Amino acid sequence: MTSHLETAANLENLRRIAIDPVSRVEGHGKVTILLDDKNRVHQVRLHIVEFRGFEKFIQGRPYWEVPVMVQRLCGICPVSHHLAASKALDVIVGAKHLTPTAEKIRRLMHYGQILQSHALHFFHLCTPDLLFGFDSEISRRNIAGIAEKYPETARRGILLRKFGQEVIRHTAGKRVHGTGSVPGGVNKSLSIIERDELLKDIYQMVAWSRDAVLMVKELHHQNPELYNSFGAFRANFMSMVGFDGGLDLYHGHLRGRNANGDVLFDGVDYQNYTQLIEEEVKNWSYMKFPYLKSLGRELGWYRVGPLSRIQNCDFLATPLAEIERREFIAYGGVMPMHAPLAYHWARMIEMLHAAETIKDLLHDDDLTGSELVVSGERAFEGVGVIEAPRGTLIHHYRVDEHDLVTMCNLIVSTTHNNQAMNEAVRRVAQQYLQGHEITEGLLNHIEVAVRAFDPCLSCATHALGKMPLEVEVLNEAGERLSYFARSGAGTHAC
Amino acid sequence: MINTFTLDGMSIPFSEGQTIIQAAMAAGVYIPHLCFNPQFKPHGSCKLCTVKVNGRQSSSCTHQALSGMVVESNTTQINDERRMLLQMLFVEGNHFCPSCEKSGNCQLQATAYELHMMSPHFDQFFPDRAVDASHPEYLLDFNRCILCSLCVRASRDVDSKNVFALSGRGIKSRLIVNAKSGLLADTDFCGDDKAANVCPVGVILKKRIGFAVPIGQRSFDEQPISASPHPVMKEV
Repeated sequence: MTSHLETAANLENLRRIAIDPVSRVEGHGKVTILLDDKNRVHQVRLHIVEFRGFEKFIQGRPYWEVPVMVQRLCGICPVSHHLAASKALDVIVGAKHLTPTAEKIRRLMHYGQILQSHALHFFHLCTPDLLFGFDSEISRRNIAGIAEKYPETARRGILLRKFGQEVIRHTAGKRVHGTGSVPGGVNKSLSIIERDELLKDIYQMVAWSRDAVLMVKELHHQNPELYNSFGAFRANFMSMVGFDGGLDLYHGHLRGRNANGDVLFDGVDYQNYTQLIEEEVKNWSYMKFPYLKSLGRELGWYRVGPLSRIQNCDFLATPLAEIERREFIAYGGVMPMHAPLAYHWARMIEMLHAAETIKDLLHDDDLTGSELVVSGERAFEGVGVIEAPRGTLIHHYRVDEHDLVTMCNLIVSTTHNNQAMNEAVRRVAQQYLQGHEITEGLLNHIEVAVRAFDPCLSCATHALGKMPLEVEVLNEAGERLSYFARSGAGTHAC
Repeated sequence: MINTFTLDGMSIPFSEGQTIIQAAMAAGVYIPHLCFNPQFKPHGSCKLCTVKVNGRQSSSCTHQALSGMVVESNTTQINDERRMLLQMLFVEGNHFCPSCEKSGNCQLQATAYELHMMSPHFDQFFPDRAVDASHPEYLLDFNRCILCSLCVRASRDVDSKNVFALSGRGIKSRLIVNAKSGLLADTDFCGDDKAANVCPVGVILKKRIGFAVPIGQRSFDEQPISASPHPVMKEV
């Protein structure tokens, strides 16, 4: 635990380093670090300075507008918001059971998104760190550098993402911000032409996804000391699992485990998530800190996302991914894997699972069916949960008798991981910054820890890995001693 | 002998009593417009159909066609002015196409695409307008009203109900309904009314069917508004 680094015992004579912005999901975050004159770390915080306001301005809007509007929260995983909102509104319109066509089209859309998002994160954003080194030459630590040194890797990453985007286009109408899912079902099924177009490439996608797992697994085996210890911390973890205990990113119930892997709760209906989770507000961040009520604020924080999901489920229903899951679990031994860099391995296993799931769905004739929407007894409150690429996503709405939204609560994946990301950043600060002069490469270690979670910090990292960074070193009087800045144009010290 | 006038150099035939835009539409020539609908008397308020008639600007929806007149419509200058009118309409209301269920079926949006409007250009007004969801089957989203008065004319001239009216002056003009409460539920409006199906933007909406037509199959996905200015909306 590194919680003692959340707030320094005494702020006197500490200098402050701010990484601002660390770039973030659709907005900005920053890391602040307080050091003493011997460069010992006294305080580290990952601040999220975003303000989106969707929970407020969705109020007063008609409920059928919600799945299309709230997906604008994100340009990377809008399908997650589109589907989580739709699932909540399924409850509102009384659609207890979707038609087979509707459910499978939604699943196809979702797994297409998992594929494209995981490919984007691993190949475009993270392979520069993983293949070149965290403090490697910055000028090539980006996807262009990967394309030059490892052209086949870059090409596969781009084509995997493209395929996922095509799945979304065929199911939602557009690659980004489509309208395919509506309360109670979907507005289109697949045509035979669309299905065959996807079928043509899916086997290649499965093969490339498997190779990606092998690549990240090899990285772990080559340098276990780094991969097992970098920013590592123990944490509870939570995810949705299928009703049969298998990995299901679209529907199921909630399960949580403690850091030893023991089940804390299982089979929790997500309609009752408020009985499970509470959110704490801290005055130094706009992002709340969720925790498990049963364990309290100090001990109840948890981790979500691929690393949690792969270790929380009992099995994966697709054969190639299941083999990889078992090897992953075996590698960890008797205890769950807690190392942030293991997120990449777990994420690639999920990408393989997504590709295999898409392949299976494309062979299902229900995808081309015509029964698209159902409805039933109207309700006035609904919760929708989905496992987004980055973790558990909760949408909660109340709708009045005139069909207008009166309340909206969104707990997004990155919010669940707030404390966990702070822990990782603190660990890395202890491991790598303690007692050292600050360099760009060391700063990148902080970012590597944050990136492992794939928070929606990705907007700025789209700029070829050159996330804008600023670091200021001030003395106790607040005077600037040194300044380090990095922008899209390159690095410079002032 | 056939009466004709020239429109952008083309000879356009017309019959007695036709306006310029009516004759142009009959000849398959598109003149951008919003408040004009061939089923109703012209209103001449949106000014988008402004053309130059023998060198002087005039609304083509109210200007009678006359033999031998020279009309300019599709010129850079006129289209620039039309684009500016569109930009003003966009900023005066709250037109959020990304989450609007009328997107793809909206004449304002389609006309903006037609005239290559790339941005609102002007500062947004962000007016504070309420949504009237009181009616069990229909919703009024005043945020998107462009004051075309088509619903007013349809309710008055076809439905004989006078459910809608324009109230106020200038920038304070607004659409109102004929009920003391100001709520649609307290009027005699019903879904079979002509007024229920005439709104060119997303103000008068049938509830609970938003986004039922997928992207790619909406009216203006299939062809631009210049090819079919008043498409029949698809049944859901």
